Amino acid sequence: MVKKLSIVLTTLAVIAMVLTACGPKAAAYTCTDKIGCVKIGPTDPIHIAYLLVVAGPNSALGIDSRNGVEVAIDDGGGKIAGHTVKFDGLDGGCSADGGQAAGTKLASDPTIVAVIGTSCSSEARSAEPLLSAAGFVTISSSNTAPDLTDPTNKNHYPGYFRTAHNDKIQGAAAADFAYNFLKVTKAATIHDGSLYADSLQQVFADSFKKLGGTITLQTSVTVGQTDMSSVLASVASGSPELIYFPIFMPEGAFIINQAKTTPGLEKTNLMVADGLYSPDVMKAAGASVEGVYVSSPLVQGAAYDAFVAKYKTKFGTDPINIFHAHAYDAYGIVKAAIEKVAVTQADGTVYIPRQGLRDAMAATKDYKGLTGVLTCSVDGDCANPIIGVYQYHTGAYPPTLIWPTQYIKK
Amino acid sequence: MLRTWRQRITLTDIFIWLIGLSIATLVVWGTIATLRQGQYPGSVWLDLTIKGLALGGVYALIAMGYTMVYGILKMINFAHSEVFMAGPFTAVFVAIGLSKSGFLDRQPVIGLALILVVSAGVSTLIAILLERICYRPLRNAPRLVPLITAIGASFFLQYTFRGLYGSGSYGYPAIKALSKSWLVGGIHIYATQVVVIIGAILMMLILFGIVQWTKIGKAMRAVSEDKEAAELMGINVDRIIVFTFALGGASAGAAGVLYTLLFPVVTFYMGFFPGIKAFTAAVLGGIGNVPGAFLGAIILGLLESVGPNLFLTGLGVPSPSQLKDAIAFIVLVLILIFRPTGILGERISKDKA
Repeated sequence: MVKKLSIVLTTLAVIAMVLTACGPKAAAYTCTDKIGCVKIGPTDPIHIAYLLVVAGPNSALGIDSRNGVEVAIDDGGGKIAGHTVKFDGLDGGCSADGGQAAGTKLASDPTIVAVIGTSCSSEARSAEPLLSAAGFVTISSSNTAPDLTDPTNKNHYPGYFRTAHNDKIQGAAAADFAYNFLKVTKAATIHDGSLYADSLQQVFADSFKKLGGTITLQTSVTVGQTDMSSVLASVASGSPELIYFPIFMPEGAFIINQAKTTPGLEKTNLMVADGLYSPDVMKAAGASVEGVYVSSPLVQGAAYDAFVAKYKTKFGTDPINIFHAHAYDAYGIVKAAIEKVAVTQADGTVYIPRQGLRDAMAATKDYKGLTGVLTCSVDGDCANPIIGVYQYHTGAYPPTLIWPTQYIKK
Repeated sequence: MLRTWRQRITLTDIFIWLIGLSIATLVVWGTIATLRQGQYPGSVWLDLTIKGLALGGVYALIAMGYTMVYGILKMINFAHSEVFMAGPFTAVFVAIGLSKSGFLDRQPVIGLALILVVSAGVSTLIAILLERICYRPLRNAPRLVPLITAIGASFFLQYTFRGLYGSGSYGYPAIKALSKSWLVGGIHIYATQVVVIIGAILMMLILFGIVQWTKIGKAMRAVSEDKEAAELMGINVDRIIVFTFALGGASAGAAGVLYTLLFPVVTFYMGFFPGIKAFTAAVLGGIGNVPGAFLGAIILGLLESVGPNLFLTGLGVPSPSQLKDAIAFIVLVLILIFRPTGILGERISKDKA
């Protein structure tokens, strides 16, 4: 009995000694990171947040991205660096003030390591200063405005990355398609004052002029406007052969609808961009959607098909928008970067240096994603995009690919 | 004579007149410059005018709700824009169903009538509930109280419908029978525009008839003149008020269907802008005055449609259409400054004034 007790006591003493020996060593990790570290306790999850448009008329955009991330989390076993992933977030409403509100709330949560978002460039413009100051890494699956990764621009903030294409590429591709494939020489553009639409139409106009075309008018509508008659009358007075309006719902649907009943525009080509690649356009524009061109990133390949199958079993529907694969890759890049910089202690505590994570993100090289082989620049562009042009047909979603012709599946 | 005149005019008057004068000069100058530029052929103005008339007709029907309720209760029912939204946002499901089954194409008249009945019915119901729950308990409260309640009710209704049908948008199916168009004077006139204009005028006449020539209309006018006296004469004031709300709701629901013929997308926040424009129209024509609201709405519809291009293109404004709301609200401000009772004037009996 006494012997037994002494064995127990000795074991306890040994354990205690081991623990005390380990103790100071664990505390020895001092965070030397410029902007601090996130400490994750042995049983705590790693918190990845989203700031996407998951409600309102553009919700398909954000929900699709969120679904993509959820598939990616499942594929990664639900864990990063041995810790479970906590994934939640807020709606940004696809507007500057929505981004501001959601950004303020997220920035006040120090457990967040990275934010997947935003959906719209306008949200990024107001949310990014807050998220960047909070030390987070942000990676967007669908922001495309050139400003955001232009280091000389005031809308560029450290810690910002994106897997979506830069609109310098999309705008130029749209102009190339219009001038060389459709053979139109006169075009007009309409934007809605959002960062995304304004910069995209400007890139389109510049590229179109460089190719030798003429821009008859660059004009704008307001968000919430329903009656487009006066703006379309101004557009018609220049008799363009193509109208490029890379805007959002529901204004885009109103323009599609009303262009057909504007004198001089009944037969004009209409072209929109990825912001209007959505089943909602079909629902809202009705029969007048027939023949409308829409540009959007082109994602193909066996890995993508496997992803779509998983998406379908998880959510019971085909992908509802276009940036699900980009969101999948965004999460993958964040996961890889966290695992590269995370410092795991013996008791399971993980430290993630925030600046270190940003540097690791920027150092991402040849990451094999669904959207291609991705390499991030220091300024935040990670995409390796091919832009396709699709055409809407009444009653058939998704739109059919018509350009570049070599990617059309026979 | 000159002296009394000089005494009456204050510095504020001069300042206000200067503002009015400068805006008027700007409008005239812009118009002349635009027309001299010759950027737009005459057919464009004709097209915009027709679109403006159709829009004005819809505003007129919504404005009825504001103006009649104001006439009787002396309150602005700011939740009326949600009454307008409720009808078409519900009827869209009927429309989609009818379109899918092919009924709408085979029997467009019956189909459209069905949609109209559902839309007007829902709007009427919402308007009656609004009166019963939000306004009746506050009938004797200070005037500010029901006004604030109206704003609260407006948000409540908006988000109730968001909860019911979701935050996305729904599209009204196109009606084949209405896709016809006629070539008149170099422009296409579309069947939808004709239906909207004729429909709006027809409904206005019915409303006007009810107010002017029926017994209950007479009672409405009596209540609006003097509530107490009307009650002493044996008029059931509560019933008249409910009837007024119902009539306003029905016309808003009908307006909703016409609106969706022009702009076939419905969302839960679709009521806000048309509502505020219709309110402007009601004030423009003289709030509380039924023909005034009609006149105000037509003027506003035309101004919004023709105005931006006509006034601003010549002044070199880059995207004039973005300023169309500004034009509408500048008109509201000018009216409030120069003729606070509106174009036709609020019908004020001595007692109320």
